[in-house]
Amino acid sequence: MSILEVKDLTVTFPGGIQAVRGVSYEVERGEVLGIVGESGSGKSVTSLAIMGLLHRNAVVTGSAKLHGRELIGMKEDELIKVRGKAISMIFQDPLSAFTPVYTIGDQIAEAVRVHQKMNKDKAAKRAVELLDLVGIPHPNVRAKAFPHEFSGGMRQRAMIAMAIANDPDLLICDEPTTALDVTIQAQVLEVLKTAQRETGAGIVMITHDLGVIAGMADRVLVMYAGRPVEQGAVDDIYYRPRMPYTMGLLASIPRIDGEEGALVPIEGNPPSPASLPPGCPFAPRCPMKVDMCDEEEPPLVPFGGGRHVACIRAQEIEHKGLTGADVFPVPVIPPSDVVRVPRAERATVLELNDMIRHYPLMKGAVFKRRVGTVHAVDGISFDIAEGETLALVGESGCGKTTTLQQIMQLVPPQGGRVVVLGKDSAEMDSATRRALRRDVQIVFQDPMAALDPRMPVGDIIAEPLRAHGRKDVQARVAELLDLVGLAPEHAERYPQQFSGGQRQRIGIARALALEPKLVVLDEPVSALDVSIQAGVINLLEELKNTLGLSYLFVAHDLAVVRHLADRVAVMYLGKIAEIGTVENVYDHPAHPYTQALLSAIPLPDPELERSRRRILLEGDLPSPADPPSGCRFRTRCPKFARLTEAERRRCVDEEPSVARLANTVDHGAACHYAEEIEVITASDDQEEK
Amino acid sequence: MGKYLLRRLAINVILVALAASLAYMLAATTMNPRATYQGRQPPIPEAVIDQTLDAYNLNDKTPVLQRYATWASGVIVGDFGKTWNGGSVNAEMGRRIFVSLRLLLIGTILGFAVGVALGAVSAVRQYKLSDRLIGVSSFVIMAIPVFVLATLLAIATYNVNRGLGFTLIEYTGEYNPRLSGFDQFLNRLNHLILPTISLSLGSIAFYSRIQRNMMLDVLGQDFVRTAMAKGLRRRTALTKHALRTALIPSATYFAFAFGTMFTGAIFTEKIFAWHGMGAWLIDAINANDVNSVAAVTFFTAICVLFAAFLSDLLVAALDPRVRVS
Repeated sequence: MSILEVKDLTVTFPGGIQAVRGVSYEVERGEVLGIVGESGSGKSVTSLAIMGLLHRNAVVTGSAKLHGRELIGMKEDELIKVRGKAISMIFQDPLSAFTPVYTIGDQIAEAVRVHQKMNKDKAAKRAVELLDLVGIPHPNVRAKAFPHEFSGGMRQRAMIAMAIANDPDLLICDEPTTALDVTIQAQVLEVLKTAQRETGAGIVMITHDLGVIAGMADRVLVMYAGRPVEQGAVDDIYYRPRMPYTMGLLASIPRIDGEEGALVPIEGNPPSPASLPPGCPFAPRCPMKVDMCDEEEPPLVPFGGGRHVACIRAQEIEHKGLTGADVFPVPVIPPSDVVRVPRAERATVLELNDMIRHYPLMKGAVFKRRVGTVHAVDGISFDIAEGETLALVGESGCGKTTTLQQIMQLVPPQGGRVVVLGKDSAEMDSATRRALRRDVQIVFQDPMAALDPRMPVGDIIAEPLRAHGRKDVQARVAELLDLVGLAPEHAERYPQQFSGGQRQRIGIARALALEPKLVVLDEPVSALDVSIQAGVINLLEELKNTLGLSYLFVAHDLAVVRHLADRVAVMYLGKIAEIGTVENVYDHPAHPYTQALLSAIPLPDPELERSRRRILLEGDLPSPADPPSGCRFRTRCPKFARLTEAERRRCVDEEPSVARLANTVDHGAACHYAEEIEVITASDDQEEK
Repeated sequence: MGKYLLRRLAINVILVALAASLAYMLAATTMNPRATYQGRQPPIPEAVIDQTLDAYNLNDKTPVLQRYATWASGVIVGDFGKTWNGGSVNAEMGRRIFVSLRLLLIGTILGFAVGVALGAVSAVRQYKLSDRLIGVSSFVIMAIPVFVLATLLAIATYNVNRGLGFTLIEYTGEYNPRLSGFDQFLNRLNHLILPTISLSLGSIAFYSRIQRNMMLDVLGQDFVRTAMAKGLRRRTALTKHALRTALIPSATYFAFAFGTMFTGAIFTEKIFAWHGMGAWLIDAINANDVNSVAAVTFFTAICVLFAAFLSDLLVAALDPRVRVS
């Protein structure tokens, strides 16, 4: 008996914008249904419609039955008995999902008291129990804390506690881990599994992350442009996708266990719900498109084995056993000439030597006084050779961005040395600094915020050229637009006329305008959808090879790093934990933090996900204002826990420095007891099994 | 937190002293109390004028700093000096202060409460008729100066009363001296109606616009949705979660609004013939009454800074994020 039965659900916003165009699914008790799709595919709107939480001007039709009771069009008096009781929801951003002015405990207790006759004290006690259940340390103290006093991961745990307060039959999780770091994501997913065990609820898991779904879901629904395009058991979807969109999506994600080389991009952009193409909405981007695709939108039809596919060529795909890699053209990226020269003989583009950046921690409104120091970056060293990509990875708060800012400022650091293209930033005069800015350029994370919305794209790209007195501006702009895969006539348009991926290309064009030698990439693809991301990664790879660029690449997504980087430095609390070539670090991580980080990343491979052993880290990142003595990672280190008392002393007293590991040329770890282990099972076939 | 508030209090005391001193200097250097004695029929001898002015600490022949010293030493022990004709400023202030406070306090609270409520309603019904109505009326009211508004209100009331044949709403004065006991109290309340309306309308309009914007910001946020997802009614979610959070920025405007409120009170008191501090300020300026002007300014400074202090307290009470640091 299914708990929730959704049939032909549609949502129309004012102006005739159809956000959801007929979604049907069922969820059974104890089952996890994953809904995947890119932004704007209607996946969140569907669940909000079921909960009756959409704005009043949205028109919802179709049916959503909970235990046979119709939810669509239900009166508020009835609906409030369902919400939070039979169906609970977990939202994406746990900071904004809690009312900032009430304590966490009060908000959970409120959820309890809405549905259960209970006095205040009892409800408060129940809130503490729930917080304990989701693994919040000292729950009775923490219940009195306000949302801003919780870390992101803790807030999401509290959110789960609130959602399961009334033993719901169905949990809807809307991107529950998207805002979290990977190690915290792994913790929260564990808590979700616990919550499901405790309540036996069905779960609808909405996410864009195919890795998360692979490990959690029993069945998967793939959405595109407001409609489901494929639905089936998780293994079928991942190993035998029969709709080109699903195939492309699976092929386009960079994999942490994958090989290097070009990714498979899906050309074009998802259609806007206001102007859908005739026929199949995916047709304009589909490499398998035939004329018939434009005539009529294919319905989602049963395909055998409980699967549903909306593609007229599904039988053919099945028959020929096609995969994404077969169907989607893989771009050929010309190899780099520079890399033929051994690394030791190449010029060094950037060198950091024991660089330090501390911030004073101030207190007081009128008479400020220093109460402490934030050790944002506490002595890091690395270098980048010509034509090389070094990735700086780590969780939020580890000092990646500070490092990057320090480099870009070209000013003397508080401690240590920063040498850019052979020039020490401490010995630069302003003319040298200005000249050097040509050679060091940056691409920002958020392509929406990085471009002035009131400037035509041509002017945006021309700005650095004019600033450095170049004459042939127009021709150069056209050349740059062409270089990043846009048309020269796009120069007249404004940023809002471009999609996220195109805007990021504009940002890249601007960075390349002055023919820099070193480009700093600050999370360049993290704000983009998966299908778009692959194209931008390929572009970056191609530009590096053809223009002989060097990249300093800051990212938190280790899978993207694996594809783009040659070397990788893992940061933890302002220190480098491990550094080396991508192959060494990913295949034989030696630092316990790197191992945990790698093992926390969900793989878009259900079987591997099920069989994988995760190294779960305890707790949150310690405050950089008060880092632990000795090894900074020891408070969360799984290895530290296994050491003997005598061995531990060394971790507490002595801070490890990055030491080259035996038998390797380019691999070092900052751990007293470094030991290489394999965390990711190498899988070279993403194809059918 | 207590330490922080104490420090704010200390700063406010310094600011009051500064504001009052500056106001005294301005009044003492620009006003000419001598003029009110000169040119009288029969003429008063210069020596007598000097003597009188000396006695009231108003003589422009004494250096201004010396006069200031005399005035300030008086103020410290709570003596605000003499009016231009020898009356006690303290006594005058004692008579008037509660007249004004009554008007200002009720006006402020009413303005804040009604304004916030209207703003919240306006936001919840964005682009509906009620929202448009509230919006247009707010802008119309904000565009009309208080003295025009007050006069219009008085005229309208006068016509209503005439049409009804009896005095439904009083439109002039503060009370009827012929009444006593409970009737007197009711009569005072009746006299309060018009001035309070004319005074608070401006701040109602002001707060309703601010609150509407704040509320709209909050309405789109996830926590309101979370509150409803928990099973709260829309109405409960809106008041308990949305409005409660959206109140915080409005509270910071409290101090600013109080300043404009006092300006309004000056006109309102004058038009409705209330003998409060605002009316006194105008009379004192006309009479070249330096000490009275300084006293009124002192009172205003205290009111404004008290409002600022109160909005600090309010924000701290409403927002846990401020309380911590």
